[in-house]
Amino acid sequence: MSLIIGLGIVLVLFILYMIFRIGNLVGLVKDSKEGEHPGNDTHGYLFMIFLILGLGLFGWYSYAHFDSYVLPVASEHGAVTDGLFWVTMWITILAFGLISIVMFWFTYKYRYNANRKATFYPDSHKLEIIWTVIPAIVLALLIFRGLRVWNEITGPASEDAEIVEVIGQQFAWTARYPGVKDKQLGDVNYKLIDAVNEFGLDLTDKNSFDDFKSLELHIPKGKEVLLKIRAKDVLHSVFLPHFRVKMDAVPGMYTNFKFVATKSTQDMRNETGNPEFNYEMACTEICGKGHFSMRFLVVVDELEDYEKWKAAQEPWLKQNPEYLTKVPAALREVAMIKSGIPVESEAAVSATTQNVSISN
Amino acid sequence: MATVDLHTQADVHHHDDHDHEHGHGNFWTNYIFSQDHKVIAKQFLITGMMWALIGGVMSVLFRLQLGFPDADLTWLKPMLGQWITPEGKIDTEFYLALVTMHGTIMVFFVLTAGLSGTFSNFLIPLQIGARDMASGFMNMLSYWFFFLSGVIMLISIFLSTGPASGGWTVYPPLSALPQAMSGSGLGMTLWLVAMALFIVSSLLGGINYITTIINMRTNGMSFSRLPLTIWAFFFTAIIGLLSFPVLFAAALLLIFDRSMGTSFYLSDIYINGEALPNQGGSPILFQHLFWFLGHPEVYIVILPSLGITSEIIATNSRKPIFGYKAMVGSILFITILSFVVWAHHMFVTGMNPFLGSIFTLLTLIIAVPSAVKIFNYVTTLWKGNIIFTPAMLFSIGLVSFFLSGGITGIFLGNSAVDIQLHDTYFVVAHFHLVMGAASFFGMLAGVYHWFPKMFGRMMDDRLGKIHFWFTFVGVYLVFFPMHYIGIAGFPRRYYSWTNFETFNSFADLNMLVSVAAILTLAAQFIFLFNFFYSMFRGKAASANPWKSNALEWTTPRNPGHGNWVGEIPTVYRWPYDYSKPGAKDDYIPQTVPYSETPESNLPHENDLIKLEMEDKNAIVVDDKKH
Repeated sequence: MSLIIGLGIVLVLFILYMIFRIGNLVGLVKDSKEGEHPGNDTHGYLFMIFLILGLGLFGWYSYAHFDSYVLPVASEHGAVTDGLFWVTMWITILAFGLISIVMFWFTYKYRYNANRKATFYPDSHKLEIIWTVIPAIVLALLIFRGLRVWNEITGPASEDAEIVEVIGQQFAWTARYPGVKDKQLGDVNYKLIDAVNEFGLDLTDKNSFDDFKSLELHIPKGKEVLLKIRAKDVLHSVFLPHFRVKMDAVPGMYTNFKFVATKSTQDMRNETGNPEFNYEMACTEICGKGHFSMRFLVVVDELEDYEKWKAAQEPWLKQNPEYLTKVPAALREVAMIKSGIPVESEAAVSATTQNVSISN
Repeated sequence: MATVDLHTQADVHHHDDHDHEHGHGNFWTNYIFSQDHKVIAKQFLITGMMWALIGGVMSVLFRLQLGFPDADLTWLKPMLGQWITPEGKIDTEFYLALVTMHGTIMVFFVLTAGLSGTFSNFLIPLQIGARDMASGFMNMLSYWFFFLSGVIMLISIFLSTGPASGGWTVYPPLSALPQAMSGSGLGMTLWLVAMALFIVSSLLGGINYITTIINMRTNGMSFSRLPLTIWAFFFTAIIGLLSFPVLFAAALLLIFDRSMGTSFYLSDIYINGEALPNQGGSPILFQHLFWFLGHPEVYIVILPSLGITSEIIATNSRKPIFGYKAMVGSILFITILSFVVWAHHMFVTGMNPFLGSIFTLLTLIIAVPSAVKIFNYVTTLWKGNIIFTPAMLFSIGLVSFFLSGGITGIFLGNSAVDIQLHDTYFVVAHFHLVMGAASFFGMLAGVYHWFPKMFGRMMDDRLGKIHFWFTFVGVYLVFFPMHYIGIAGFPRRYYSWTNFETFNSFADLNMLVSVAAILTLAAQFIFLFNFFYSMFRGKAASANPWKSNALEWTTPRNPGHGNWVGEIPTVYRWPYDYSKPGAKDDYIPQTVPYSETPESNLPHENDLIKLEMEDKNAIVVDDKKH
């Protein structure tokens, strides 16, 4: 079978080569008869056809289908950056269209003609100044608008912003919430990370007692959220396409991104008419073979639902009570109260503690 | 003999003794370890073409995965072996290796070495009127370091753990930790070694280009009479000389982190059940160092192509390039700005947002000189008498790509808009058009234009034009649709998008892109056939087939080592006197003095006639007429 295909390919190539040779010989005979640049006009026409077909296809396709490419926006700053995107889009389409039309028109209009001589036109200060200044002004406007938006987006978050820690690792995301009691994220130290303590939670810090883990990113609608982002192993990048949020996760440091979600998951299901719709988070910094699979489900709740959801979550310490042994003795009671571990089980815990200290 | 010969033999440019070198040495010194810039240029060109083929095939392989995710690729098993999984799919890690190698090969081996190496080497001595490069030996070393670098990179592709796979930007920690991906093992080590050698090659070449242009211009070849190609090569070499050492430093620190336990880029890492001891480093430091080269590298890639295009568009429009000084000025301005825009690659990497503002400002400024260049090309076409040689077609194609790809830079350079578009297919579309396709087209245009000078024969005109149309339409079909999926948020370097509801669509568009990529690659075989066939059996070229003004066309059909038989010609005018009013031909070569063209001289040029006579180094051109 593959032999037949191989032979077929060789045959086709041979035929093409023969056509080429014959064309060459015919060309040699014809060359002397035709003008200086045979077939030159063809390319002028082709450029015009290319221009008309290209711009036509671009215009028609964008008009007919662009909506399917634009993700509905669901954050306050996203609406603003989308606005800037569209302003830039119209300016660039205008410039692109105009320059393309002019250029391809010139190639058509001024294609070689033996009876004409090109115009000697080496420079014009006026023209040069015009087309230096106009782009400069347009760009300046875009820059200033862009910088204003950028400064707002990257400015400090408000005091009462909901803080959520997002952690990237090969090849999954996890989220840590500060807990409903102290609303403060507890300290972490990467050297404390083990199979269970995946955050590297430092249990000597009392803020860590009510922190809880989530395998979905829940955020409230209409309230500022501050994502504190870090990575455990290599670079990752938080990308929330509907919220126009993107920020790298970097091992060894926190990065931040603050935003306000404007549409709950349910709102978006209504808007898109897709009852299955879910917000998603993706990784956009190459991080290894599972890079393409780092999906994290994002749920935007109405504020009261969000508070309810938070209150229903079990603190990490409660899920892993054996880690009470890592809590300094003086803080252990606070830890149990804050994490909601029933105090009657304290005996069991102190027994474990003793076991550990003996084995140590 | 109409005038007196006032030429003094003391002039440094005339090493007439080189004239007879060609044909003396043996096969090895003539064709392998040659110090002739023209031979070295051809070595760079052919090596670059081989790499382009490898890089192109790689891109088609990963496009197969993206366009036809359900296809059974078992038939590739004889070639790729273990990299095809038992289910007949490309291994996910090998996918990343392909992406990484495609980027590395295309950016460095093809569009840096293959482009600058070929055309700077070939054209600088020929267009400025020099016998050879300032140091032929260093020039030869430059090629052989490049060759060695290529051999090492090639070996890395065949490792069982795969070549470097962390993206061509090799961001640590991914590239620093073999635990993170298998390609970061020996493959990455070889990548770093290969790049170090590549940098040496690039510096040896660059120093030579700069020195040659400054010191070895022939009589009368003042800076203001240099063809724009030379200006472009000159600034390109300067950019390379200033930025490549920084990449070298970055690579060296990465080597230390990988093998000697330092922590320049590593901090607080827990991987494979183990907390690493490294603390205090910053991955962002690497990004700064990398992009301090990485961004100027973009201009190293595109400027030579813009130079080549300037020359070709002027020649084939039969018009002077519009705004010669503005063209030089914009290259200079781009050169300067190219060093202060690097962090626009890092808006959302955790860099201080204040820096983001500064780099937005500086980045968008660079659009101004780029726009000026486009306007000047278009105005050069205006009222020209355009001859569509294959080189001219590719040059027009370049301007079109530079426009459509460059204009999307206005989105990406604006930090607020970049948040959404960063690392999506929008970026892929942007840089493939503006620096990939555009500078590829410059390279192809250069090959078509200077092939007669390289090999003394013409390439087939019709095949060249067919090649152009397939490639031009093909490239647009590949990269234009990518803008759409980029706006839809599709991230780069994804093996598949089906894990996400958000990205689980537009499979048909991706299929179109892949089919177009395969056809575009196939069209390149027309070029390869044309190239090698014409080298031996093409029509014999005339001395000046394009009726060009530049100096290289005054050499014999097959110039020997030393380029000119007898004295190097003197230059009397700029290279763009095309269709000058009053002149009898539509071109006046640089070697024709003003005193011979009173009918077409501009007023200020008549004043120069006297200077021509007074110049004590002036060679009497009349000699040659008899």
